[in-house]
Amino acid sequence: MTLTQIWAWFTDPANWQGTDGVPNRVVEHLLYTGLTLLIALVIAVPLGAWVGHSGRMRWLVTGANAARAVPTLGLLFAVSMFVGPLIKSDLAFVIPSITVLVLLAIPPLLSGTYAGIDSVEPAARDAARGMGMTGWQVLAKVEAPCALPLFLSGLRSATLQVIATATIAASVSLGGLGRYLIDGLASRDYVQMVCGSILVAVLALVADGVLALLENWAVSPGISGRSKRVARLRARHSDPHSQPDSVGADRPDADPRQAALVGSGSTGPVEATAATGTPSERDRS
Amino acid sequence: MTWALDHIGDILSRAGQHAWLAGLPLVLGLVIAVPLGWLAARQARLRALLLTTTGLLYTIPSLALFILLPPLLGTKILDPVNVIVAMTVYTVALLTRTVADGLSSVDSSTRQAAIAMGYGPFARFRAVDLPLAVPVIAAGLRVAAVSNVSIVSVASLIGISQLGYFLTDGYARSFPTEVWVGIIACLLLALVFDLVIQVVSRVLTPWTRAVAA
Repeated sequence: MTLTQIWAWFTDPANWQGTDGVPNRVVEHLLYTGLTLLIALVIAVPLGAWVGHSGRMRWLVTGANAARAVPTLGLLFAVSMFVGPLIKSDLAFVIPSITVLVLLAIPPLLSGTYAGIDSVEPAARDAARGMGMTGWQVLAKVEAPCALPLFLSGLRSATLQVIATATIAASVSLGGLGRYLIDGLASRDYVQMVCGSILVAVLALVADGVLALLENWAVSPGISGRSKRVARLRARHSDPHSQPDSVGADRPDADPRQAALVGSGSTGPVEATAATGTPSERDRS
Repeated sequence: MTWALDHIGDILSRAGQHAWLAGLPLVLGLVIAVPLGWLAARQARLRALLLTTTGLLYTIPSLALFILLPPLLGTKILDPVNVIVAMTVYTVALLTRTVADGLSSVDSSTRQAAIAMGYGPFARFRAVDLPLAVPVIAAGLRVAAVSNVSIVSVASLIGISQLGYFLTDGYARSFPTEVWVGIIACLLLALVFDLVIQVVSRVLTPWTRAVAA
């Protein structure tokens, strides 16, 4: 196994064409990931927002977190064995895998959304109500923007989870980049396995980078660490007394994350994963 | 149920292997993450660098990491060392941030009191900061333990012996009972890890109970 062999695999035109070519496998992988996240978002976001907003049925988040202890490989095999035979078409391999991927994507999204909404300062919520906002307006205009950082870190950990598990799902005949790993293993083609692994790792890193950029772009500067710059500018252009306030103003970003981490001692793993699993925009800047 | 009882010896020996492959990296990861987290908590710039690097490592999917490590380490693909190293990498990635957060969460008045009492930087870290950070670190360790137990089972795809064997074997033989036994055994193992960490954390932090009582 040498670098020359890896280079030869990547430059071989045969590996870039047809069903088993790199472009097709990458597109398949991205399609599974996108479809899964879409379905999971539709289920988890309204649910998480409602639990966070109303404070009712918190056990839902706890339960989803506890369910994460189920080994992904076992879930994949169990669901394909039970659901696969029920479907007669070509989709018999795709539907069970997508079902499992959705099940795995829900907990991080659910607890990211819940922890985000739950971390909104009661004072901000009360102020919004005092201004005469309805429940929906409070949710859309105050809670949602404040919840964005934690929600996005949930989205990032869900995306990574789905990309990684879609790779493993090649062992239950799903397409995507995992095919190189599983087929390479079956035919003892170690070079193909390594090249497939490199592709998967790069795909995961790129996806995470794109989401980090999204986080940077979407989160209000007043909430993310970037407000430090705003604060410094303000301090320079206005009276010096505003400085302590604005320095304090960029702190709350750190606190909800920490609260989510520390507070989750009993709630369970995911909030902590949402907060710790992927580095936040603050750490990258 | 009868199948599980008939194969109890096999299940227990594979559970032992699984516990070793998931548990040793927890210890190694903690030993590596404490100094890293300490550095990260002291220096904002180092914190950004360390957390970004470990975050990138955490991004690499497990099956890909199991396959990429042998050429990097010069090991054989069936060597369990690959799994130990991969799981240690994930554990360090999760715990560095937790340790840094835990150390920064120590109240600054507590820290100042320790300085006033004459604690040097190292003694203060050992006797004050680290013990106070134990609950936060334990929470992170619980996350890492559960995720390690689940990820280790993936290594059965490349033929490393542990509880995941029952999953792949049961699937290959279309024998659901075996898959269920594998899943339940993994869950029980994760539960045991979780309980052990909670008990150790309680023993190490007697003052939390004193306040509650």
